[in-house]
Amino acid sequence: MRTFETWPTVSTAASAAPLVALAHVCFSYGREQVLHEVNLEIQAGDFLGIIGPNGAGKTTLLRIMLGLARSECGHVRLFGQDIRVFRDWHRVGYVPQKAVAFEARFPASVLEVVLSGRTGLAGLARRFSAADRQAAFDALETVGMVDHRDRLIGRLSAGQQQRVFIARALASRPALLVLDEPTVGVDVEAQEQFYGLLRRLNRERGTTLVLVSHDVGVIAAEVTRLACLNRTLIFHGSPQEAIRTGAIARMYRDDSLLVTHRH
Amino acid sequence: MPEILQYGFMQRALLAGLMIGTVAPLIGVFLVLRRLSLIADTLAHVALAGVAAGILLRTYPVGGALVAAIVAAVGIERLRVSGRLFGEAALAVFLSGGVAVAVVLISVARGFTVDLFAYLFGAITVVQPRDLWVILALGLVVLAAVGTFYKELFAITFDEEGARVQGVPVDALNLLLTALVAVTVVVAMRVVGILLTSALIVIPSITALRLARNFQETLRIAVACSLVSVLAGMVASFYLDVAAGGAIVLAALGLFAVVSMLGRGAGPR
Repeated sequence: MRTFETWPTVSTAASAAPLVALAHVCFSYGREQVLHEVNLEIQAGDFLGIIGPNGAGKTTLLRIMLGLARSECGHVRLFGQDIRVFRDWHRVGYVPQKAVAFEARFPASVLEVVLSGRTGLAGLARRFSAADRQAAFDALETVGMVDHRDRLIGRLSAGQQQRVFIARALASRPALLVLDEPTVGVDVEAQEQFYGLLRRLNRERGTTLVLVSHDVGVIAAEVTRLACLNRTLIFHGSPQEAIRTGAIARMYRDDSLLVTHRH
Repeated sequence: MPEILQYGFMQRALLAGLMIGTVAPLIGVFLVLRRLSLIADTLAHVALAGVAAGILLRTYPVGGALVAAIVAAVGIERLRVSGRLFGEAALAVFLSGGVAVAVVLISVARGFTVDLFAYLFGAITVVQPRDLWVILALGLVVLAAVGTFYKELFAITFDEEGARVQGVPVDALNLLLTALVAVTVVVAMRVVGILLTSALIVIPSITALRLARNFQETLRIAVACSLVSVLAGMVASFYLDVAAGGAIVLAALGLFAVVSMLGRGAGPR
């Protein structure tokens, strides 16, 4: 097991601003509003799971947090800064849905992929430095993929590819790691490894995690905070509370009603 | 000294060919992987309009081609980003528009005794000293740009959205890449010909994709395949008196065919 001394520690003092603050966020595709009045604060050290039925706006909410989509109302703050002026993107790591992220025949080695996670941090028009290479190597070590560093990314199993994408996100040593449906297409054993890795990152390094998934059962068992989303935020609190108050069951029941009404 | 090196025009053609052979596949790898191979062909056809305008205005046709191709590159990229047209529809508009303008200008320019054929199909005998300097200078611009922004170009090619989240200026880099395609097309035009420039950009790249084990190796193999094709094509052109552009592209296709047959099941994928 590696030590994590080089990692930037995140202040968990009560006075610190939330890492992510969404206030009155809304978003529409054409005339259809997919997000309405979402208010959500993510504190340093949280392991937040965002769950909700298909079409609930989970991915859109992530895209707004990452600056890939712009909220039509309210405001978004990252690390206490308005997202429109936020520049410290290396503090945010992003693990996309594997299926949409890349072409399986892409001719890149695992190391090249992970190193590309340092592109923004290394600076425009500069070559990667020895420190960049070391950070990529460390990230590969964290996910246990160092021995595979010279292999073609497309030749790995789905679970291994997912670990490489996590390593890429970790290469800039982010304080906040955002993952979108990361276990889709990954076998059960790899999923267990994956949640073990997230647990270590969260508990040992204090990395704040935001995980979007439709896999409600697993999420509720792993996370420290749960957000139930169905176009608006239905619940935000501890997973135990979500189960006790019936928030999860209610969210899915409402959705099924919605579907039957449409037919 | 072998006979092929004794002629000034052939020395210039070979030097130009080596620059073209280096630059075209370098840009080609990025285009093929981003599924934008057709942009090269489109910009080549727009360059034809620039050549025709240059002839009509009695200025340097290569200058006209460069201006036309870069303006079109900016236009295509803007249309693509705006999402108002389907990606390929934007290319079709520019490709046919370029040819239409060229045909009209050529008909207006009737009576000029300039060999448009040389621009369409390429010719090694037409590389004047001025052409050589332009080709070398523009080629160096492309090499310098790819060298400078290598890691950014890799990042946006592998995962554009992931690069955007890192704060990489994706839109500016996309525009840069498209402009570099325009420059590359103009560099290649004189020797390979407008109709075959995209072949030299695309074919060595797909050959390399069958062999390479990482991205840097892909670039190296693509350039090597391209240089072999250019030299083989030029030698064939000189001794057998066949069109250089055609011979170069046939050599590149031959390499691709050999690699495809040998690599079946044995390659890295």
